[in-house]
Amino acid sequence: MESVALVVNGVARTVEVEPRRLLVQLIREDLGLTGTHVGCDTSQCGACTVHMDGVAVKSCTVLAVQADGSSVTTIEGMAPEGGLHPLQAAFWEKHGLQCGFCTPGMIMTAADLLASDTDPDDDAIRHALEGNFCRCTGYHNIVAAIREAANKMQVGAATSAEGAPR
Amino acid sequence: MTIDMLGERVKRTEDPKFITGKGRYLDDIQMPGMTHIAILRSPYAHANIRSIDTSAAKSMPGVIAVFTGADIPYNPLPMAWPAGGVAGIRNNINTPRTLATDSVKWSGEGVAAVVAETAEQAHDALEAITVDWEPLPTVVDAEKATQPGAVQLHENAPNNIVFEWTVGDKAGTDAAVDAAEVVVRQRIVNQRLIPNPMEVRGDIGWYNPGTDEYTVWMSSQTPHIQRLLLTAFVTGIPEHKVRCISPDVGGAFGTKIFCYADMALVMFASKAIGGRPVKWVEGRRESYQSTIHGRDHITYLEIAGKRDGTITGLRVKTFANLGGRLSTIGPGIPTTLYGRVLSGCYKIPNVYCEVTGVYTNTTFVDAYRGAGRPEATYVIERAMDLFAAEIGMDRAELRRRNFIAPDAFPYDNPSGLGTASGGAKIYIDSGNYEPAMDMALAAVGYADLAATKAEAASRGKLLGLGFSTYIEVCGVAPSKWIGAVGEGWGAAMWESANIRVHLTGKTVVTVGTQPQGQGHETTYAQVISHELGIPMDDIVIQHSDTLGTPFGYGSYGSRTSSVGMTAAIKAATKIREKARKFAAHMLEASVDDIEIDGPNYFVKGSPDKKKTIQEIAFALDLGFDPPEGMEPYLDETAYWDTPNCTWPFGTHVAIVEIDKETGQVDLVRYLAVDDVGKKINPMIVDGQLHGGIAQGVGQALWEGAVYSDDGQLLSGSMLDYAMPRASWFPDIELHETVTPSPVNPLGVKGVGEAGAIASTAAVSNAVMDALAPLGIRHLDMPYTPQTVWHAIQTAEVSR
Repeated sequence: MESVALVVNGVARTVEVEPRRLLVQLIREDLGLTGTHVGCDTSQCGACTVHMDGVAVKSCTVLAVQADGSSVTTIEGMAPEGGLHPLQAAFWEKHGLQCGFCTPGMIMTAADLLASDTDPDDDAIRHALEGNFCRCTGYHNIVAAIREAANKMQVGAATSAEGAPR
Repeated sequence: MTIDMLGERVKRTEDPKFITGKGRYLDDIQMPGMTHIAILRSPYAHANIRSIDTSAAKSMPGVIAVFTGADIPYNPLPMAWPAGGVAGIRNNINTPRTLATDSVKWSGEGVAAVVAETAEQAHDALEAITVDWEPLPTVVDAEKATQPGAVQLHENAPNNIVFEWTVGDKAGTDAAVDAAEVVVRQRIVNQRLIPNPMEVRGDIGWYNPGTDEYTVWMSSQTPHIQRLLLTAFVTGIPEHKVRCISPDVGGAFGTKIFCYADMALVMFASKAIGGRPVKWVEGRRESYQSTIHGRDHITYLEIAGKRDGTITGLRVKTFANLGGRLSTIGPGIPTTLYGRVLSGCYKIPNVYCEVTGVYTNTTFVDAYRGAGRPEATYVIERAMDLFAAEIGMDRAELRRRNFIAPDAFPYDNPSGLGTASGGAKIYIDSGNYEPAMDMALAAVGYADLAATKAEAASRGKLLGLGFSTYIEVCGVAPSKWIGAVGEGWGAAMWESANIRVHLTGKTVVTVGTQPQGQGHETTYAQVISHELGIPMDDIVIQHSDTLGTPFGYGSYGSRTSSVGMTAAIKAATKIREKARKFAAHMLEASVDDIEIDGPNYFVKGSPDKKKTIQEIAFALDLGFDPPEGMEPYLDETAYWDTPNCTWPFGTHVAIVEIDKETGQVDLVRYLAVDDVGKKINPMIVDGQLHGGIAQGVGQALWEGAVYSDDGQLLSGSMLDYAMPRASWFPDIELHETVTPSPVNPLGVKGVGEAGAIASTAAVSNAVMDALAPLGIRHLDMPYTPQTVWHAIQTAEVSR
């Protein structure tokens, strides 16, 4: 067994794992954070997307031991308890989800996009979702939700930059 | 005052848990003492099992038990919908066992299983099981499987034929085709698809030795039906000893309707190991072999008519590939749900269809979004375009001349709906097809198509526009038709609902339907809030558990809004009537003098003499002072069997551009006009259409399950199967016409399948329109660059 020390959603955790254990298994089974989903076995679907040291990764394709020393954010850590990240609010507002299974991965990937491109056009949004499958929505409302979140976050950034109350 | 939300774009009440990662899907369930089961699957598509040696596996770390088919006394899985409705029809039925015993008929059929402390240990131990196989020859093509000399899969199915089913007037249609001025013939393939809900299937079985009862959690669209099938047909365990629960279901699209071997396996295994819970979750590659596939038809179509555009006959012969053994309702899909709606929205006087159901060494085929109706729509909509091209008539004009006229309803469809068994008249009850087509074609600029094509040509692109004017049969009903012996799936098709208004006025609605992402908790609450004047926030919709919900047939076939919600409205009507009687008692007035306005029950002419439904529920539920003969509690159950199916329709238009040099097809515009009747929540309706359209487009352009001749699934993972991605689609433009359904009080028709039914043919017709100038008349889907490039090269060489 190997010892893995990492910070998950701001909380320091140490977990003993088999060397073959995947990060997604550590997150789901050892830490009980089941918002991160497994939708395939070939690193295609993106349902398991989380942030590792601020970058979106497919947690089915990272060994748990590779995450030693890292800081991981999952869907459960996107907003304080009872609150919503602008992407979560936008997915709700724009009906960007149906069965909800791909949704956490979609939100984590979209957050990664918006971190580097605060005003993506639809083409950029659709290409950023290249590694995330959805079978319910035809992607239409997912794209609309990400666009909406980008707009809201830009307004939020602008008002906070001006020092206005939020 | 309660705000009426019926018909509004209400945000979904189920979403907060999903967007915060707090959904609870099957694999999220952890239980004390839970074990894990893995299934050894056949590497061969056709083989006899000489022997299985499990001794090494039994001593592997963490292994609790190893089973083979010989250990399990259960019956084969049930066949719930054989091909029927034809006098003397024979079905040669072979369904899977919990684990195969003597032979396997497709690559992926389960032959042994390991229960271990962890899933990894169970999978490790599978590799220590040795099977002595006798490989056999294979056949994967449905047409070839029926030819003389083909390998035979089952002793009771000569020439691999499951059934030979017909519908319509053979003599009349033969005569119409023989006498026609023009007959267009085409062989078309509706390729096999892998449905791909994002959550794979899984089950947890738990046998409670203390009570001798089982609980089965399953990612299912039909927990009530599965309890019935697993007990009465498979395991012999009494029905009242089993409870089935569907947790949050991560998409289904038909795949989770059925009774699967793994459901019985986890029940057997949990009891065999003394009552610890046993979890099985398929991997995605495993899912591609162990969960049903869709479509897979080879069809010979003949469409006959006059040079003036009058269609006089449609004759169709279809080979339907049903796999190595049959799934639960596999034969029902290419018969009742296909042959009976082949003539679509057209008044075609002579229709005849033969369908041969066929065994091949492939995974079983059953209902996938649309289920039979996309295949039928593809046939008739390709046929209309081919006929128009043959006689040199505009495609829209040909359709216009043959639409069932708006004053012709109820319309008795000659392909057989009106001649259903049981004496019940089944007819197309409403429709108005031309305005939907006109709206779609105007919106997309059909009149300017030549200029649009010229502009694309200037950029080196072949532009094509295609459309389909579809109809759909939804909410399949009534029970006396679809449930009648020989036609339906041997079961009724009513739905159920119970409403309890508790002492605090908070209201619990339990229903027999089962959501998989459609937002039922929101839409049922919108309807019940409208009916009872109770705020949506005070209403909870419960479903998915055979303990605590009334029996229902589940959700598929776009039936929940038309059948399930009508049951809920009927229960609400009973609630109102009881509340009204009790209000009269409370207000010391005559029942006839009590008027209802939302939540308020008041004496006619004296609006201040009133009780709210919450006040009525409090007093009636306490039951201190009920009137003579009235039982306490505001609690009513209703069952609803709808008098007819519903008939959505519309026109979908696709515009594609093809790169001549690469064969790449880009979908550049997609516009739909749908008439799904009235809408409970237009936002959710739009979402259903978007998703269905994307799945249908996927079939036309990218998707296809591919088997090698020896029965290996070459498109065996998400790396190999072309799941559509976001960047492959444009925005989808939606428009509507509204023709309320006459068969339910909401006027709704159902919308889950419409997009998938309409879009495949629209995109296919667009690609063929683009390629028509090259002399290409028909290509089979999917229109991958390889297929299209090859066709372009061949056409140019031969010119």
